[in-house]
Amino acid sequence: MLGRLSWAAIPFDVPVVMIAAGSVGLIIFCVLALVTVKGWWPYLWREWITSVDHKRIGVMYLGLALLMLVRGFSDAMLMRSQLALAAGHAQGYLPPEHYDQIFSAHGTIMIFFVAMPFVIGLMNFVLPLQLGVRDVAFPVLNSIGFWLSAAGVLLVNVSLVVGEFARTGWLAYPPLSEVAYSPGVGVDYYLWSLQISGLGTLLSGINLTTTILKLRAPGMGYRQMPIFCWTALASNLLIVASFPILTATFAMLLLDRYCGFHFFTNDLGGNPMMYINLIWSWGHPEVYILILPAFGVFSEVVATFSGKPLFGRRSMVMATMVICVLSFLVWLHHFFTMGAGADVNAFFGVMTMIIAVPTGVKIFNWLFTLYGGRIRFTVPIYWAVGFMVTFVIGGMTGVLMAIPPADFVLHNSLFLIAHFHNVAIGGVVFGVMAGISYWFPKAFGFTLNERLGKAVFWCWFIGFYLAFMPLYVLGLMGATRRMQHYSNLHWQPLMLVALAGALLILLGIALTGVQLAVSIRQRERNRDLTGDPWNGRTLEWSTPSPPPVWNFSHLPQVDRADAFWAMKQQRGTAQDRNLERTYRAIQVPRNNPTGFFLAFCAVLLGFSLIWRIWWGAGLGLLGAIVVCLIQAWRTDGEIEVPAEKIAAFERLHGPKESAV
Amino acid sequence: MSAAEEALGSDDAVPLSLRGPASTRVVAGYGFWLFLLSDIIIFAALFAAYAVLSGESAGGPTAADLFDKRHVLIETACLLASSVTCGFGSLAVQSGDRTSTYFWMTITFILGATFLSLEVSEFSHMLSIGAGPSRSAFLSAFFTLVGTHGLHVTIGLCWLVVMLLQVATLGFRPMVSRRFFCFGLFWHALDIVWIGVFTIVYLGAHL
Repeated sequence: MLGRLSWAAIPFDVPVVMIAAGSVGLIIFCVLALVTVKGWWPYLWREWITSVDHKRIGVMYLGLALLMLVRGFSDAMLMRSQLALAAGHAQGYLPPEHYDQIFSAHGTIMIFFVAMPFVIGLMNFVLPLQLGVRDVAFPVLNSIGFWLSAAGVLLVNVSLVVGEFARTGWLAYPPLSEVAYSPGVGVDYYLWSLQISGLGTLLSGINLTTTILKLRAPGMGYRQMPIFCWTALASNLLIVASFPILTATFAMLLLDRYCGFHFFTNDLGGNPMMYINLIWSWGHPEVYILILPAFGVFSEVVATFSGKPLFGRRSMVMATMVICVLSFLVWLHHFFTMGAGADVNAFFGVMTMIIAVPTGVKIFNWLFTLYGGRIRFTVPIYWAVGFMVTFVIGGMTGVLMAIPPADFVLHNSLFLIAHFHNVAIGGVVFGVMAGISYWFPKAFGFTLNERLGKAVFWCWFIGFYLAFMPLYVLGLMGATRRMQHYSNLHWQPLMLVALAGALLILLGIALTGVQLAVSIRQRERNRDLTGDPWNGRTLEWSTPSPPPVWNFSHLPQVDRADAFWAMKQQRGTAQDRNLERTYRAIQVPRNNPTGFFLAFCAVLLGFSLIWRIWWGAGLGLLGAIVVCLIQAWRTDGEIEVPAEKIAAFERLHGPKESAV
Repeated sequence: MSAAEEALGSDDAVPLSLRGPASTRVVAGYGFWLFLLSDIIIFAALFAAYAVLSGESAGGPTAADLFDKRHVLIETACLLASSVTCGFGSLAVQSGDRTSTYFWMTITFILGATFLSLEVSEFSHMLSIGAGPSRSAFLSAFFTLVGTHGLHVTIGLCWLVVMLLQVATLGFRPMVSRRFFCFGLFWHALDIVWIGVFTIVYLGAHL
């Protein structure tokens, strides 16, 4: 009846898990109780759950990512504390089979459920506003994409309590991930949660690519498009081109596991190295899917707070698109040790060094933008400068490992771990943090507390160096990744330093919570009444904060890059500009629960497939089809916002004549 | 989408990229093209796997032992013909002609279903002689590649039924014709993928 599911699946005998699960369960229960008691359900349902507004969906993606950052970071704390203890005769407190699940979950969660929703959330929120349009190309699809990602998140977290998670590392290499060596449900949890959220990511990639290429304000050609839109375009093109490879690869592994196929098995002709090749031909573009939008954020932040147009805009666009193409030609550097031979390794080594060139171009662009600017040292610029210093170090260790002979020594060592955290934290996390503090006032109508924001930055910045510089050294001393215990006592002092760094980052994450709370309490003091708190350059700052559902009462007319900056310059001379005071009714998409219901069916389907409950899987699939059919017959997709309502909004929030 | 109404219009002097938001029809078609592109990349990964594993028959039957050229030729003819009838059907949708839409699309459905039943008979024959997907890596890759195409055809047939029901209940409103346009793209794309399958899998077996 319930497939493999029984009470034995719940690890009552593992106190760490039961305490964690119990406290998470308690928190969820309290939140749900609070929402019910306060009667917030109708509000949540109407304004958030069924919303198809790209701004709301963007904020929900960011909320999801912040939540999962806490989960992924607790895994990191467990690993760091285990390694601080488990030296010599001491064994620490985590047995190997549990430790294996923790590092697998940490990597999976941080890439798929923290970095991805952070980046997609930022793009979702910002793109239509920067492009000067009213929504993304497919608003309902946008909501479906978000809810499918949330379904994947839910499945990953269920694995904490019901059953187990994969013990295979974050990419589940076969033959270890095949049934012969991983007979449990851990790998199935991994595969199904990523298949479901991967579908969500693909839908969002198609949606945002179409938005950038087909929906832009009149007059905004490619040469006038803001640089964040360019990097988002590259990132979404990479999503469309690479996520299907991930889907196909996971599908093959699923067939191996569920139906006895032989794609990656050791016997009957299967080829495990084919999996490694396929997964990295998604995996390397994925690196750039995450980092390119972060580069876009830094470009916007550096230009805005230097009060100058971005230096070498054209070369920045070129560098972005060159990276977009080259990212498909370097995947083999993740496994030089495969034994492909000197020629193949040399090719991929050289390509890897070449792809570092456009990244170097970008660093110089940002430096020359700062040069001679009147720099305002706000929180976003702290992150940007911290990024430039940190990312250059990470880039150089990367180029070092691009040399195949060096890689043979460093492969799977802590040096590698230090390298990719160096670029992932120093690049993606810093970029997202800069983006959040930069666009927060646009989303919520008030700025974040600057003092606490700077404290958060210093915690992350110093914490990162303390946590990962020792790992470079340890890697050179021979420490490998994924080890639960080591016998060399000389490593322990450095492990303790790394733990101290992790604790400092923990403080930074906690301070982010404090910063949010304090900023919300002080919101009246920090209201953004102009819609342009930073003296910005692009169109998102030309509309009130927070923007109305329809974003722009009149679609802006664009004739150059940094369109809003140009409008502000002209406003002094041409008084009558922007004083158009007639409004037309605007069609906006109506709320739609399709995404939420589809996610519900996806969770049922995924959970049933993981536990081999076939009737549940059938029910989930049937439910999804019914939901889709109901959506197909909906004809009331849009509602009209009357002109009077828009006029009233503009009288209240629009540009004041006195300000002109 | 309302934004389209505020576009600059179709003044030919203004380059397309500067004219503001495109119309809903263009946006929907473009998005669907991107989806097809991503779908074709799934097939590309499966083709790559087949290319790597096609020689790995592990002592079992090989491609040359298994494939019947004449059978595949009839399959191919059905699918290609269904693309032609789908084309006529799309023209009928464009001109809002209900009768000939039903006529051509029903023929498309019958041809697609014939293709599918031929494929199922091929698969069941292979299974009956012990050449199932778990026999060898070659057969795993074969069943996955061809089966994924078959799954797409099945989904396409279901979609076609839904579209005919939509015409019957909702008529040729813009939403319905947009979806029919996307269906046409999908159906033709399956043909293109099949030509790859036919060439690489079936003709390749007899090289």
